[in-house]
Amino acid sequence: MKSLKNHFSLIAALFTILFTIQVYQVLERSISSYEETLRKNYAIVVIANSPLEEASIKSRFSLIRSVEEISPEKVIKRLEDEMDKTSLGLLRATLPKFYRLSLEHYPQPEEIDILSSQLMNIKAIKRVESFSQTHDQIYKLLLLYKGVTQIFAFAIFIVTLLLIAKEMRIWQFQHQERMNIMALFGAPIMLRSAVLFRLAIIDAIIAASLVFTVFSFIRSSGWAEPYFNDINIKVNVFNYAQDGLLHFSIALSLSIILAVMLIINHKEEV
Amino acid sequence: MDKVIIANDLTLSYNNNETIINQCTFDINSGDFVFITGASGSGKSTLLKSLYGSLPPKQGDLSVGGVAMKNINSKKLNFLRRHVGIVFQDYKLIKEWTIEKNVMLPLIISGYAKDVSEIQVQKLLTHVKLNHQLGKYPLELSGGEQQRVAMARALAHNPIIILADEPTGNLDDYSAQVIWNLLEGACTQLKTTVVVVTHHIPETMKIDYRHLHIEHGSIYEVS
Repeated sequence: MKSLKNHFSLIAALFTILFTIQVYQVLERSISSYEETLRKNYAIVVIANSPLEEASIKSRFSLIRSVEEISPEKVIKRLEDEMDKTSLGLLRATLPKFYRLSLEHYPQPEEIDILSSQLMNIKAIKRVESFSQTHDQIYKLLLLYKGVTQIFAFAIFIVTLLLIAKEMRIWQFQHQERMNIMALFGAPIMLRSAVLFRLAIIDAIIAASLVFTVFSFIRSSGWAEPYFNDINIKVNVFNYAQDGLLHFSIALSLSIILAVMLIINHKEEV
Repeated sequence: MDKVIIANDLTLSYNNNETIINQCTFDINSGDFVFITGASGSGKSTLLKSLYGSLPPKQGDLSVGGVAMKNINSKKLNFLRRHVGIVFQDYKLIKEWTIEKNVMLPLIISGYAKDVSEIQVQKLLTHVKLNHQLGKYPLELSGGEQQRVAMARALAHNPIIILADEPTGNLDDYSAQVIWNLLEGACTQLKTTVVVVTHHIPETMKIDYRHLHIEHGSIYEVS
C-alpha cells in the first residue's frame, strides 16, 4: 500500500500528460483528414481555346496534381432535340476546352490568387474559375480550428511543466532523506539514485501501459467513429505501434529528466 | 598507539561565518572511547559533522582515519564513510526499508555478497535482540528498538570509528543503558574507536574513557 502510494503521484501526472497528448494527436489527425477531404473536393476550372498538355502544366506549377479534361458531351446531348446535326457539329468544333485542375494540398487564398494569375499568362487559357469566395470561408474555418488546437497544445505544455515542477517537489521531499542517509554511509551518487531511476522507469511503463489500454479500448469499441463519420472523415484514434512507442518514449524521458534534475538539485544536509 | 583523529588549529563555521569551534587542537587514539560534552549550541554536533565530512574545516587541519578532511573530494569522502559507523539521536533509518535492509545498507554500499550480508545482519540483529523483527519497518518499532537497529547498522561493516550524536537523547533509561552497553562492547570487544557527543555521561560506564568538553569554541580535556 505504502509502495503504491509512492508510485501513484508520478503515475497520475504522467498518465494525464500522455492522455492529453493523445487527445491532441486525435484532434490534429481529424483536422488533417478534414483538410484532405477538402483538398479532394476542391478544384480549379480552366477554360482554354486549345488543348492543354498535362505534363507541361504540371512541370510549370508544382501545386497542380492533375489536369483532367471535362467532356462537353453531356451538355451537347441535352441540345440534341433542339438543334440539327450540322449546328451541333459546328458547336462541337467551336466550343472551348474545359479542364479541372486538382491540387497537391488545400491551398491558401494567396496561393490561389498567384496560381490564377500565372495560369492566365498561358496564351491558350481564356478564363480561370477558382470559386475563391467559398474557398475563403472554408479555409478561414479551418484556420480557426487549427488556431484553437495550437492554443490547446500550448495549454498542455504549460500544464505539463506545472505538473512536472509539482512532482519534482514531491519527489524531493520523498527521496531526500533516504539519499542523505545513504550518503552518510558513503554510497556513491549512482547507488543513491538507483531507487529513483527504478521508480521513474517503472512508473513510466505503468503510465504508458494505462494510456495504451484506455486508447486501445476506445479504438476497438468504435466509440468515436460515428462522430467522425458525421463529418465524412476517417481518423485512427490510436496507432498501436507509433502512438504506443511515442507514449513510452515521452513517459520514460520525462521521468528520467525528473530523476536527473532531482539528483542535480540534491544537496546534502549540513 | 595510532592516532585515528587528529585536529590541528581546527576552526569550524557555517556559511554565516560565525565561528563555532576556534583553533582547537586534539587527537583521538585508535580504540579510545571519547565523550564530547558541552552546553546546547556549544558546537558538539558541529564537531561531529566535521568528523564525518558534512562540514569541512574553515581553517587548520583535520584528519580522520588518515584522510585529510580539508577540500576532500566526494570519492575520498565516500571511501572514508564506508569505514565509519554513525548513530544519530533521531536514528536516521530509511522508513520505507525493512529493518533487515536498513542494517544491510553499509554492506550493500561496500559491495558485500548478498549471502555474506544476510549472515552478518542476522548476527547483529541477534546481538541487539531484534532478530525476530527483521521484516518489520522502522515506524513499527519503539524508539529504543529503532536506536538498536541504528546501532546494528553502525556496526555492520566493522567500522574503524563509531560516531554517535546524542544516541540516547530520545530514549528511556532501560533503552539508553542497552545502547551504552552496545557502544562499550564495540570498543572493548571489536577495538573500535567510539566518539559520543552527549549532554550527560552515564554513571554506569564500566570502561575507561576520555572526556572532551567544549566551551566558548574551545575544547578542553577533562581529567
